[in-house]
Amino acid sequence: MRFPKPTRLRLYSQIFFFTLFVWLLLRTEFRGSFRDSTSEIRLPYPIGLFFQLDPLVGLSNALAGHALYRGLLWCLLTLIPTMFIGRFFCGWICPLGSMNHFFGSMKSERKRGKQLLESNRYKRWQTTKYYILAAVLMAALLGTGMVGWLDPFSFLVRSFGLSVLPATNYTLQATLGVLEHSRFALVQTIGGALHFLLGAVLLNFKQPYFRQGIWLGLIFLIILALNLRVTRFWCRALCPLGALLGIVSRLSVLGLVKNPEHCNDCNRCLLRCQGGDDPVGGVPWHQPECHLCLNCVDECPESGLQFKFFPTQRTAGTNLQRRRLLSGLAAGVALVPVMRSTPGFAAAKDERLLRPPGSLDEEFFLSRCIRCGECMKVCPNNALHPSLGEAGVEGLWTPVLIPRLGYCETSCVLCSQVCPTGAIWEITTKEKGWSVDLASAAKPVRLGTAFYDRGRCLPWAMATDCIVCEEWCPTSPKAIYLRPAEVIDAVGTLKSVKQPYLDPSHCVGCGACEHACPVQDRPAVYVTSVGESRSRSNQILLNRRKT
Amino acid sequence: METESNALNRRDALVRLLRVAGASAGAAGLGFWLSQHSFRPEAALATTARRGHTVTPDPALPEMAIIHGEDPALLARQAVEELGGMRRFVSRGDVVLVKPNIGWDRTPEQAANTNPDVVAEIVRQALSSGAKRVIVTDVSCNEARRCFQRSGIAEAAQRAGAEVTLPEPSRFKDVDLKGEVLREWQVFEPFLNVDKVINVPIAKHHALTGTTLGMKNWYGMLGGQRNQLHQKIHESLVDLADFVRPTLTVIDCYRVLLRNGPTGGNLEDVLLKKTLVASTDPVAVDAYVAKAIWDLEVASLPYLQIAAQRRLGSYEFGKLRTQIKTVS
Repeated sequence: MRFPKPTRLRLYSQIFFFTLFVWLLLRTEFRGSFRDSTSEIRLPYPIGLFFQLDPLVGLSNALAGHALYRGLLWCLLTLIPTMFIGRFFCGWICPLGSMNHFFGSMKSERKRGKQLLESNRYKRWQTTKYYILAAVLMAALLGTGMVGWLDPFSFLVRSFGLSVLPATNYTLQATLGVLEHSRFALVQTIGGALHFLLGAVLLNFKQPYFRQGIWLGLIFLIILALNLRVTRFWCRALCPLGALLGIVSRLSVLGLVKNPEHCNDCNRCLLRCQGGDDPVGGVPWHQPECHLCLNCVDECPESGLQFKFFPTQRTAGTNLQRRRLLSGLAAGVALVPVMRSTPGFAAAKDERLLRPPGSLDEEFFLSRCIRCGECMKVCPNNALHPSLGEAGVEGLWTPVLIPRLGYCETSCVLCSQVCPTGAIWEITTKEKGWSVDLASAAKPVRLGTAFYDRGRCLPWAMATDCIVCEEWCPTSPKAIYLRPAEVIDAVGTLKSVKQPYLDPSHCVGCGACEHACPVQDRPAVYVTSVGESRSRSNQILLNRRKT
Repeated sequence: METESNALNRRDALVRLLRVAGASAGAAGLGFWLSQHSFRPEAALATTARRGHTVTPDPALPEMAIIHGEDPALLARQAVEELGGMRRFVSRGDVVLVKPNIGWDRTPEQAANTNPDVVAEIVRQALSSGAKRVIVTDVSCNEARRCFQRSGIAEAAQRAGAEVTLPEPSRFKDVDLKGEVLREWQVFEPFLNVDKVINVPIAKHHALTGTTLGMKNWYGMLGGQRNQLHQKIHESLVDLADFVRPTLTVIDCYRVLLRNGPTGGNLEDVLLKKTLVASTDPVAVDAYVAKAIWDLEVASLPYLQIAAQRRLGSYEFGKLRTQIKTVS
């Protein structure tokens, strides 16, 4: 058997890691098991694997928290080999890189013949990513995790999990619905069989909906479409992880060696170059830009290009300009105070900024959260959504709980399990303290406090029985209590109804009452963030009873 | 003759004229046809819903069985045995639906859902009596997959041989319940067109009616805006009970949630009563358990009176032929 070509191996590796990524993302969901009835539900797979392999997340986490959160040490598995051989991660593993590779290889009117060769030469604008890296790391040091806006895995999980996969599910469900309701028995059977098969791997139990789903999807499409102009534009110009690995790769002992005697200036090495790192003769090779895709070696008809250890040829570096680098750093320095000197962070916090259970206090939360959307993807009630304005510009796409769309499930702590950075610190059901004996739990996690809008509440305003909120209230004793009241209805009949009241010392802010309220459009009971246990200042009561 | 080659000949002109005539006739025909078929869109109603699943009464057998003992499964077996055995209720080839309460994300000890051992035992008995299929399902309040898993019912029922069916959102049908307050409602498909229905609720406290027992368990077959039902809870309960008319009702009082129902959560609210009450009369069994555990009179539970008026059963449980036993 012939050993496959190195570029073939690279392709297999890309397919493998892309499939692994998508599979892990699909499994970032509680799917239920009829064979299992453990009291603590946890996901069985290492769904945060790619975040743990991401040194950019690790570095930003370390800068923001002065420590490395659970599992982030694994990012050394990427970082250290990159120091030895260069950006193999970008060319061989990164699933976003692979997608860009795929779309970049598509035929395009803008990239033909000379234009294609020209577009694959090294460009000065490829240094942009280093300035972005400087800015986001500076911001991380000053306490904001906006690195996640551009981190490739945050970007990919956010786009896939909150937009691409929900849209796929919608398409499939609609198609299956048509098949299964067909007039022909055969089509129905095929639909049923497809439903069963797809249900096991792909379909969601309930159609997920995400606020801003369409915008996240459009941004994703734009990034993919840019490949039709410039191959791997994202990887060459924007990716801060690529920049970090590029800087590190300057230490690398592996390098491209050009053999000028063999070169006949055919430029074929440029045809499929991914990084835009100038493998052609006559100019130095740009080591930090190379993804180690090996296309140039494969393409060279004279075998004039080789990767060798301890090369002696001079290579080009990151090509940074001091002034621009300083501008990048300055941008990172300036952004944080500018974003924070608007009301919202400390003063006049948005009342609807409900964070997932286990979240750190806002200051720490914003410094660690990388806006990746894993918590939103995993939430079984579709309760968590990317924020738009609730957390200020700084908190764009951080998770916010919207009880009307979904409440926080009593015993569920999956968001805290999947959070890669500890912005939602990992807790157990017991620590959450909602479904176990409250007297024995030290202090339950509270997300906020519920309030009544008596003008809209049925027993208060419409002389009608209801109390669905009390029925759903998960604490024991219930935070919602009832008092009988004599009311007179529209025709003058005296009626006895039970009117709900709220005991803030027992409310955990789960939002079940708001979710279940029959006054659907603007519920008569709603949760605001005051009383959230993560904050010391955002409180109402002087003393909260222990139980 | 050269000019002729550029000019259109008669034949081609005719063909083109025919083509344009055909296209315009087609467009006009389709337009007229579509304009005849304009109607206000409305969801189709499922017309084949089966009402009532009772079996003929047998004057020689008890109508209610109250069994005390240690083992929930044994209680269920004995209760059905006293009422004449499962063969009386399930015939060979029947499709049987067993409806436990799987409403909440709670463990069996917290007594917010039916005891899984009781459900499993009912499933086993139905299967050994020759049932073709036994379906166990509920439309949960909390997230369904968590409820099915953490209640232990999915696992226990599936092990006993039942088909455990999650309430998939795509499987609800609009049904005319023909009730007095409930008309068109979304009903979960497995509840329609089964041969026998066995209600296996758990006795719990509920703030609106004082207690939630057998008839309240039928909320769990509905989808849609069922949170509106509380506004006319007594009439709704009777409409649902009238629609289903179960074969058998088995109320699980092994663990009883005395306070903070129907969700509970606190083990201090749970009373270990170790009892199971089964009856062919869905009204009497509710009236008995309400009295026995919460000391609630029929007067405070109007739905029992309405149900009796509509001949769904009798709330005078004292007049029923009742068998009380303790098994060990």
